[in-house]
Amino acid sequence: MKTVTMSTLMPGMKARIKSIDSKEDIRRRLLDLGMIENTIVECVGKSPLGDPSAYLVRGAVIVIRDIDSALIRCEI
Amino acid sequence: MGLTNKSVGKAAIDTEFDIQKRADNEYIIALAGNPNVGKSTIFNGLTGMNQHTGNWPGKTVASAKGYARSGDNTYIVVDLPGTYSLASHSPEEEIARDFICFGRSDAVLVVCDATCLERNLNLVLQTLEITPNVIVCVNLLDEAGRKSISVDLEALSKLLGVPVIGSVGRKKKSLNEILSMLDLKVAEKSETGEPCRVRYPALIENSIDEICAALGDDVYISRYVALRLLEEDKATAEKLAGEFELPLEGALDITKKQIDKLKESGIYGKRLSDMIVGSTVRSAERICAECVKTSGDKYKNTDHKLDKIFTGKITAYPIMILFFAFIFWLTITGANYPSNLLSELLFSLEDKIDLLCDRINMPYWIHGVLVSGAYRVLAWVVSVMLPPMAIFFPLFTLLEDAGYLPRIAYNLDKPLAKCRACGKQALTMCMGFGCNAAGVVGCRIIDSKRERLLAILTNAFVPCNGRFPTLIAIISMFFVYSAGNSTNAASLVSTLLLTGIIILSVAMTLIATRLLSSTILRGMPSSFVFELPPYRRPQIGKVIVRSIFDRTLFVLARSAAVAAPAGAVIWILANINMADKSLLLHVSDFLEPFGKIMGLDGAILLGFILGFPANEIVLPIIIMVYTASTSLTDVASTSAMREIFISNGWTSVTALNVMLFSLMHWPCSTTVLTVRKETGSMKWTLLSMLIPTVFGVLICIAINTVASII
Repeated sequence: MKTVTMSTLMPGMKARIKSIDSKEDIRRRLLDLGMIENTIVECVGKSPLGDPSAYLVRGAVIVIRDIDSALIRCEI
Repeated sequence: MGLTNKSVGKAAIDTEFDIQKRADNEYIIALAGNPNVGKSTIFNGLTGMNQHTGNWPGKTVASAKGYARSGDNTYIVVDLPGTYSLASHSPEEEIARDFICFGRSDAVLVVCDATCLERNLNLVLQTLEITPNVIVCVNLLDEAGRKSISVDLEALSKLLGVPVIGSVGRKKKSLNEILSMLDLKVAEKSETGEPCRVRYPALIENSIDEICAALGDDVYISRYVALRLLEEDKATAEKLAGEFELPLEGALDITKKQIDKLKESGIYGKRLSDMIVGSTVRSAERICAECVKTSGDKYKNTDHKLDKIFTGKITAYPIMILFFAFIFWLTITGANYPSNLLSELLFSLEDKIDLLCDRINMPYWIHGVLVSGAYRVLAWVVSVMLPPMAIFFPLFTLLEDAGYLPRIAYNLDKPLAKCRACGKQALTMCMGFGCNAAGVVGCRIIDSKRERLLAILTNAFVPCNGRFPTLIAIISMFFVYSAGNSTNAASLVSTLLLTGIIILSVAMTLIATRLLSSTILRGMPSSFVFELPPYRRPQIGKVIVRSIFDRTLFVLARSAAVAAPAGAVIWILANINMADKSLLLHVSDFLEPFGKIMGLDGAILLGFILGFPANEIVLPIIIMVYTASTSLTDVASTSAMREIFISNGWTSVTALNVMLFSLMHWPCSTTVLTVRKETGSMKWTLLSMLIPTVFGVLICIAINTVASII
């Protein structure tokens, strides 16, 4: 078990969300998309310029900018 | 990303709240659901064409409303904005929540995506907190089948305690099932079970029970009001208590005690709301585990492969450019024939009107203003504008329906973030290629006000359909001129040159955006998340109808409204003579020195000024001034047009500057009116005209200076 930020996940890597410390406006939206503690996320791709990245969360593909996913801590 | 259905602003609620039943057998049905679940398809299927939609790219302008009939019953269906939740404070979620709370609907039909049921159940559970009258419609079952996902609808209905219908988008059978369920549940009010309610951690449940006891245990919404009170959202609680006649006063003391009690256990603020959201998400997870069977990893199939191509490091941008080059090529070549046909038709009609005017002895000047002026310009604008838009918008809507547009936002987010703008601005730019006014309206999909203004003010930097004819005409006259008929090679080169101009326009948009966000619209990019929905096969018939009715005709009507009066003004200017010259030529002479500094001339500047109502008439006006004619006349061939320009001193520098100024000058009147409407401010409207103009003037002066030195 290692704790990393979600922005460091490379395509194909899975992780378990531990905490979301993003700004309130986006935090609430992430929770509503089902990204609560212990949710498994998988990075499924990066946009052609490397940022933002796409994550598979509960069956849906969600795009988050690195600046925001850097505030989400995960366990791998 | 909410590309299909969202609402804007609160104005929408005020009007929609007035929905009144007219008879006993009329019922109000609210249609809720996540974005991209096919909610609109069901809405359109239920209500037919009998509705008021304003389906712009991204947001339903106001929640749409329509009528569905089944036997003796009439259902007023209200299409709420697509939302993931009812808990946040974004405008569309507030609209949806307020309608469910206060709209006095007889039932809420929540549309879910079968391929992503878990997340959709979140909204179902939140709705069930507010009302027991919920019907769940699990849509896109066909797509789920293809992805080897099966949903046990009966089990789901038992677990949720409300009726569940499975559906496949537009299929008549699905719609009939929905209607008969409405008859059963809403009209006949048959009992369907005990609605499932989310259980929160024990401490919170205790507090809810205490508050509910004071509010009245038997009222369904008490529990929701208690939750609002615990989350210290007093405004909503008060409004609800008023609506449902709950004794709120008596509950306030108890609430205060309970809040303190929870605080002692460390449950307050962020932690409390996290626990509430968490309980809902976990309930959805549990329910899903019992009724959804998945074999294999669904995203990893086709969608992932397509995303590797459409958003891949090497392939993403070339494919994007190819897509757009193809759309432009199809629009331009495809529009030629219908354009000619339409203009022949409308101009032959003018001859008939002329005859009629002669017969009734209409005075020369009235005939001139109305027919040679207003009618002719109107006919001109309609015949050059309608065909390209009728081709471009359906193609664009096809991309939208197929799910490609969010990928564009994904690919272009980084450069836009660097300009401190929103990734969705890429989509409004794409819309701008069709029509800048449509692009400006499209900016509603951007949530942050600062970023929305950035997108609105810079939208005119991308050339719309109205400017393509000018650009193409100049390219073919001055840069790939092959005396005689155009060849395939020439048309390829001009397409490439046009693509180059388009890439330049995108670059200029980015530069202008960056400049604005470090000056008058200073700020950092706001956080934003969006969904990459599954790719879908678009419904071609629906796409054509929707894009022609909602976009093409709307834009056409707006520009026709300004083209006719402008035509009258142009005719008057060209026909009032002072000292041997028409007013038009006087104005042109006056503008000459300003034009010269920019490497243009007076006639060209006048063309752009009088072309304010529609960019399509810029070149015709220039020709009208050069030939000193009294009304717009069609010049038959490219080579004849080229002769006129060259004999009036055009060089390739003039041609280049005309193209650049066409890219960067004040937007057309339709766009300006739209900016005024969208921003509600004269200041931003003026800036939206000023910014591109300043860019254009400076760049033209620079090029002219450099060219004259060389």
